[in-house]
Amino acid sequence: MAAATLDSSQKGKQKQVSQSYWSLVWWKFRKNRIAVIGGFILLVMYVLICIFAEFIAPYDLEHKTNYPEARPQTIRFLDSEGNFSIRPFVYGLEKKIDDKLRKRVFVENPQVKYPIHFFVKGDPYKLLGFIPGDIHLFGVQSDNPEAYIFIMGTDSNGRDFFSRIIFGGRLSMLIGLLGQFLTIIFGSILGAISGYYGGAVDMFVQRFTEFLSAFPDIPLFMALAAAIPKFWSPIAVYFMLTIILAFVRWGGLARQVRGLILSLREREYVLAARSAGASDSRIMFRHLLPGTMSHVIVIATLSIPGMILSETALSWLGLGLRPPLTSWGVLLQEAGTVYAIRFTPWQLWTVVFILITIMAYNMLGDGLRDAMDPYSAR
Amino acid sequence: MVNYILRRLGYAVIMIVLVSFVGFCIIKLPPGDFLTQKLEQLRARGDRSAESQIEALRAKYGLDRPFMVQYTTWAVNFLKGDFGESFQYERPVKDLLGERLTMTVVLALATLIITWVLAIPLGVYSAVRQYSLGDQIITTISFIGIGIPGFLLALIILFFAIVVLNQDVLGLFSKEYIDAPWSVGKVIDLLKHLWIPALISAVTGTGGLIRIMRGNLLETMGQPFVEAARARGLRNRDVIWKHAVRVAINPLIVILGSEALPGIIGGNALVSIVLNLPTIGPLFVDSLRRLDMYLAGTCIVFFTILLLVGNLLADLVLAWVDPRIRLE
Repeated sequence: MAAATLDSSQKGKQKQVSQSYWSLVWWKFRKNRIAVIGGFILLVMYVLICIFAEFIAPYDLEHKTNYPEARPQTIRFLDSEGNFSIRPFVYGLEKKIDDKLRKRVFVENPQVKYPIHFFVKGDPYKLLGFIPGDIHLFGVQSDNPEAYIFIMGTDSNGRDFFSRIIFGGRLSMLIGLLGQFLTIIFGSILGAISGYYGGAVDMFVQRFTEFLSAFPDIPLFMALAAAIPKFWSPIAVYFMLTIILAFVRWGGLARQVRGLILSLREREYVLAARSAGASDSRIMFRHLLPGTMSHVIVIATLSIPGMILSETALSWLGLGLRPPLTSWGVLLQEAGTVYAIRFTPWQLWTVVFILITIMAYNMLGDGLRDAMDPYSAR
Repeated sequence: MVNYILRRLGYAVIMIVLVSFVGFCIIKLPPGDFLTQKLEQLRARGDRSAESQIEALRAKYGLDRPFMVQYTTWAVNFLKGDFGESFQYERPVKDLLGERLTMTVVLALATLIITWVLAIPLGVYSAVRQYSLGDQIITTISFIGIGIPGFLLALIILFFAIVVLNQDVLGLFSKEYIDAPWSVGKVIDLLKHLWIPALISAVTGTGGLIRIMRGNLLETMGQPFVEAARARGLRNRDVIWKHAVRVAINPLIVILGSEALPGIIGGNALVSIVLNLPTIGPLFVDSLRRLDMYLAGTCIVFFTILLLVGNLLADLVLAWVDPRIRLE
């Protein structure tokens, strides 16, 4: 990190012979195919789900239809008579009573075909909250208002499950980022002060993290989440949950930053900065903290999955987010019961989405960990 | 050594007191309590005497007294072995937990044993045969394991059991043994059911531990003392298991206390909820939802004691394995 302290004129001269730390990191990262794939998956998911959910999802989050608990329709190219069509289509749904299950079910009716089109008109929406639109990525076009496409089935209210997963992902994926952002802020500031000054702050940070680690963390999350008043608005509940997740998790990061600062503050460049008359806060935030950033980023990336999963687990237990908020955890609330697994197993698609996100983060984080140390030969 | 144990015990006691107090505060945080919930229910049913009933209960449970009095009464009784009464079950918390504590500990131990029995040999194999096909397979599997949390895996397995195999994997006992007294047959039946939830909760921890074991052993194998052992003509197996692994395993024991146990306790709780196992986990979540505060508070303290005892044991094992620790 010595490069960070060179002033700009020296940097300019050196540019021809050496690369900056971050470009070395980027080179090394690029070579790790698994990490790049992980990062790419995440980028695509965040863009599609967090920004373009309204466009990707064929229906609105709360669009109720007359097809509750319908199976996913198969996307077909061949119809029952063996005719091939280049444009994929789905069969319409028909209500039937299943004698064995003693239940109303929906089965595909090969007489009715709905061709699938791209960029169809559907439920109106506002992209990012202000760009109005009504074009959806895909859907069926038919004169029949009861024509729907449910590629992942529907829930008990007849809402398209694929749309709900896409919208639910927005809250789940953002809580990971937002919570981790708060953790980084708490953790690195308190860790830096604790490592640099020592004394009372250090005592507090050390004891506090020790105390938090005496609690088993999942039961602690549950107890704190259960304390969020039921009458709060959904937005307040969401932010409170984020703060709880960050509050319990910042200790580990603070301890790591503290350890790094303890070793960095003895370096000559800090002495140089001090003799040049830099203030304590300048040394801490301009000279010391940037030196810990690579570690912080790696730790943060690797702990985002834990945060997403905590939200999922809490909401699934009914202690975190509640309807009308829709997150992956809230979707699991309905899908995770024995009844639901028996009769509407397609709702477990949520699990697939969660696992893809978690895996992608782990792949990315692991690659970052190797890349952040570009000077090693490995 | 005795001194060290005493110091650790004293520390654990202080922690338990603090945790019980903070736990009690958190549980009192939500506005209202169990009785206000109940009052609403009674009113909705049109019960005329609702108010007076609730007042009587409030006095009985001591909920009308100030916070500190409530806490001290509960804490003092706690030491006497009386954990208060559960509002929703209207039974002593002690009996409710007593039924489930054994299963909770048994499940946690089973998870721990499976994790270590799987992770250490696989990690050692992976390090000794670095970059071999076996290593690559183990590495891939451990990465997937790290990524799948127990409760989602439990849901997936439940899905396969119900939809594909058409079978129930719920519970820890077959029907004929649920209410039967303990016998050899019941223990065997328990073991037959226990391995599924234990294995499910072990997957995440195993994945991580394999990676750490592999990394540590690779580092240790490069050190001079291993070279020296080889130079003295020891068998390869002895060099690895008696010299390298003994050193490389130390950090794992540290992790056992600080990361593995909280993970197992929390993970078991979630898996128990999915698979409907009679452990403390489901009871705890239910008590939080219903604001059944003495039950919830006692559960938190028990989880913490479980964690602290585990930590203490881990530290003792570490002090025994690595004499340098004792001096610190």
